[in-house]
Amino acid sequence: MARHWRAGAAGLAVLGLTLTACGGAKVGDSSSSGSKSSGKCGTFNLAVNPWVGYEADAAVVAYVAQHNLGCTVNKKDLKEEIAWQGFGTGEVDAVLENWGHDDLKKKYITGQKTAVEAGQTGNKGLIGWYVPPWLAKAHPDITDWKNLNKYASHFKTSESGGKGQLLDGDPSYVTNDAALVKNLKLDFKVVYAGSETALIQAFRKAEKNKEWVLGYFYEPQWFMSEVPLVKVKLPAYKTGCDADAAKVACDYPVYDLDKIVSAKFAKSGSPAYDLVKNFNWTNDDQNTVAKYIAVDKMSPDAAAEKWVEANKDKVDAWVK
Amino acid sequence: MTVAMEKPEQTQTAEPIAPAVRVRRISRAMVVAAILVLWLVLFAVLRGKQTLSLAAADLTGLHRWLNDVNDSIGADRNSNPLFLYFFNEIRLIIDNLVTFIQDLISQPSDTRPVPQIGWLGVVGLTGYVSWAAGNWRVALLAVAGFTFFGLQGLWQESMDTLALTLSAVVVALLFAIPLGVWAGLSDRVNRIMTPVLDFMQTMPTFVYLAPLTLFFLIGGASAVIATVIYAAPPAIRITAHAIRSVPETTVEAADSLGATRRQSLLKVLLPMSKRTVVMGVNQTIMAALAMVTIAALIDAPGLGKTVLQALQSLDVGTAFNAGLAIVVMAIVLDRVTTAASAREEAARRSRNRFPKWRRPLLGAGAAVTAVLVYMSHTYVWAAEFPGDGGMGSSIAGGADDVTTWLQDNLSGLTNAFRDTITNGLLNPFQSLLTDSPWWLVGAVLIGLGVVLGGWRAGITTVVCLGLLLGTGLWSDAMTTLASTVVATVLVMVLGVVFGVWMGRSMLVDRVLRPSLDAAQVMPPFVYLVPFLALFGATRFTAIVAAIVYAAPVAMKIIADGVRAVPETTVEAATSAGCNTWQIITKVQLPMSRSALTLATNQGLIYVLSMVVVGGLVGAGALGYDVVAGFSQGELYGKGLAAGLAIVLLGVMFDRITQAAARRASA
Repeated sequence: MARHWRAGAAGLAVLGLTLTACGGAKVGDSSSSGSKSSGKCGTFNLAVNPWVGYEADAAVVAYVAQHNLGCTVNKKDLKEEIAWQGFGTGEVDAVLENWGHDDLKKKYITGQKTAVEAGQTGNKGLIGWYVPPWLAKAHPDITDWKNLNKYASHFKTSESGGKGQLLDGDPSYVTNDAALVKNLKLDFKVVYAGSETALIQAFRKAEKNKEWVLGYFYEPQWFMSEVPLVKVKLPAYKTGCDADAAKVACDYPVYDLDKIVSAKFAKSGSPAYDLVKNFNWTNDDQNTVAKYIAVDKMSPDAAAEKWVEANKDKVDAWVK
Repeated sequence: MTVAMEKPEQTQTAEPIAPAVRVRRISRAMVVAAILVLWLVLFAVLRGKQTLSLAAADLTGLHRWLNDVNDSIGADRNSNPLFLYFFNEIRLIIDNLVTFIQDLISQPSDTRPVPQIGWLGVVGLTGYVSWAAGNWRVALLAVAGFTFFGLQGLWQESMDTLALTLSAVVVALLFAIPLGVWAGLSDRVNRIMTPVLDFMQTMPTFVYLAPLTLFFLIGGASAVIATVIYAAPPAIRITAHAIRSVPETTVEAADSLGATRRQSLLKVLLPMSKRTVVMGVNQTIMAALAMVTIAALIDAPGLGKTVLQALQSLDVGTAFNAGLAIVVMAIVLDRVTTAASAREEAARRSRNRFPKWRRPLLGAGAAVTAVLVYMSHTYVWAAEFPGDGGMGSSIAGGADDVTTWLQDNLSGLTNAFRDTITNGLLNPFQSLLTDSPWWLVGAVLIGLGVVLGGWRAGITTVVCLGLLLGTGLWSDAMTTLASTVVATVLVMVLGVVFGVWMGRSMLVDRVLRPSLDAAQVMPPFVYLVPFLALFGATRFTAIVAAIVYAAPVAMKIIADGVRAVPETTVEAATSAGCNTWQIITKVQLPMSRSALTLATNQGLIYVLSMVVVGGLVGAGALGYDVVAGFSQGELYGKGLAAGLAIVLLGVMFDRITQAAARRASA
């Protein structure tokens, strides 16, 4: 037995040596050596909140930081709450697309003083009630809230208890819908879909099968390029009309989406901070990159590269 | 989200029912019926009064207080000594462990552009370990499975997931096995530990995910700890159970031979319970894999991230491809650990009967593995998986096509089905629960608890209901309860049909089991996107999600119960002229009654663990409260209270069904 085993081991060793001899390129050969990050930028911890528009922002900023400034970019996939929490613990340097979130600003900017504002992204955030395009075409007057009660019975579902259904989405976003329905005396019930996925599926299906859906939605959003939803007009927003959450009876304000950075990062003198501060583009820009990612299924990095190649002048303005 | 892939303990077959018992059972059924009739009558009179409903944005004092506690912890994080000297140290240790394994198999380390061990080495090692610990069949499966990750184009993601899972399992077992042994030896420890374990398993992860990143920062450590909280309980429970089920006579024999406590633990109890303990390890691995997508919410690298990212743009195909990798990993690890425990058993029975050639073969295998590892460390072709993952894109494409076809062709049919169930079963039941005064529902539940489970179960029910009132979410809890009960009923219907079918035919069992495993570890959202298209964002979709996750457990338990009915009994019934239907309804089902109760118990707990996922697809109520609490700071306290409410519902039903099960098998 022992002899067998020795012979086997010897055979194996020979086999191993042969394989190693004709093994091919070695790890660490010059061809495969990684990109070196030079200089003063160091690491840049970028939070990536879970929606495609944000991912587009993050992709482009990360691409520029990496290629133009030589930063080592750590993208961290986090929900808003956790990302803001990370300012204090030093785990997150920047949040690139903040939707309002006065509660978080109060807590982390004025309260704990761990975060500071870094200007607007140039994107305008709209929030409101939307219907699928076929419905707006078939019943043009539906886009005025005053006519909603007329159609309420069409919006009935198994969930809405005899009233029309107003479908709300991901709880991350600001919503006054329950108060709005009550104060505008609409014959509707808010049903909580619970996630953006559920909301998008509902609209997609509604447009395809010509179903009646009224739902909470927002732009910029990649899904708008697939199904261009139509916004329902609510009573116009005036400053302060949403001050008391229980008495709101007006539309949502237009949000100027802004950037937030950690207080430490703002003082660090890192070129990445200047990039974040200067970063500014339009809704169309973001939609283009978001479409590359969501519809054309490009990787964020490839999508960013494509956009940066085509928009050199804008990028130059950010890093000058 | 309780233990994935539950392997039920052997259920004892019940004795034939004695006449006296039958009389008592009938009267018990009559009491239950009387309670229900009384409820309906009072409901008709008192409908809509004292229902304790609370609007989605409203908070109670408790919710605000919990918010304040959370804020104050966050505010003094950097000055609190508890953080500086305790949590930070734990984080450091676990972070180092994770980074070490990642450098080894998944992430490039400082000077190398690739991990220390490349794909060839990992595949070789996995194959060798599977063969040495299990057998050559599972080794082949493991090699095939791991190679499949590479072909899918998900090598690095899979290795990240494997690294995190391994770290979590190591940490979990470090605590779980000693605690399990202790709980096995001491009744008092067991009594204290059980509610804690219940809490760890039924508390929705969303509730403690945000605080965890405050305690342990964003990164590997938090992900591992979140996983450990969820994955350690099965190992503790099963270890305790294993220690307890060592026959008393064996321990006594050791005692009478003069063995000390320590000796009898190390030489008798531990060796004899080894096999069951390995099953506990198996359960821990499965539970850890069920956490992969949730951990990705706090930036845990790996397959979970791929799933989440794909779902942001509703890319079901890509999400399915990554989900499939998780399923394959779960099946490989499950089969390998199961084979390892079978080998343990065989080895214990016959210490010397192993073939002589095994040892040299093991040595040779080790040599081959070492060569493979060395090559994968040195050469690029063995370090980076070749090819561009073409198989992954064809899997994704196929999944997309299937989804589109289902959505286009089935939606008329499914809407009718949904409306029947919703209007016929769910809506009436829900309004009965939510529109009755709270004290009436409470009284009914306590009554049912006492009648079905006895006085002790009744007392537990009282305590749980009292605490439930305290959470301030009574009405939401009742809405969730209604969906939960409907889902459990449907789970049991499916469980009985498929369980009996699987129990009666080994072939059916073999064919179905992999898909049952897949249903339990596939991240729910992957299959929920098509369901959302079919059923819309409704409570029914949430119920379907719960069924997909919970029915496999019920089926497996019932199949095992049916199989445990003695062959001779079935043969006797056959020769007495019973047809198949009679054998099933008169012999096999009644005789596996305790398996049926266990299946109801597990089914219910599993359904409850999907409440949060339900909240993401239109169920509202407690599930939505938890999700909202995770997303909005102001609602944090309410989310935490909702999580507690889910735990309370779980504990209440667990105690009632377990007591009922003990009575049924007594």
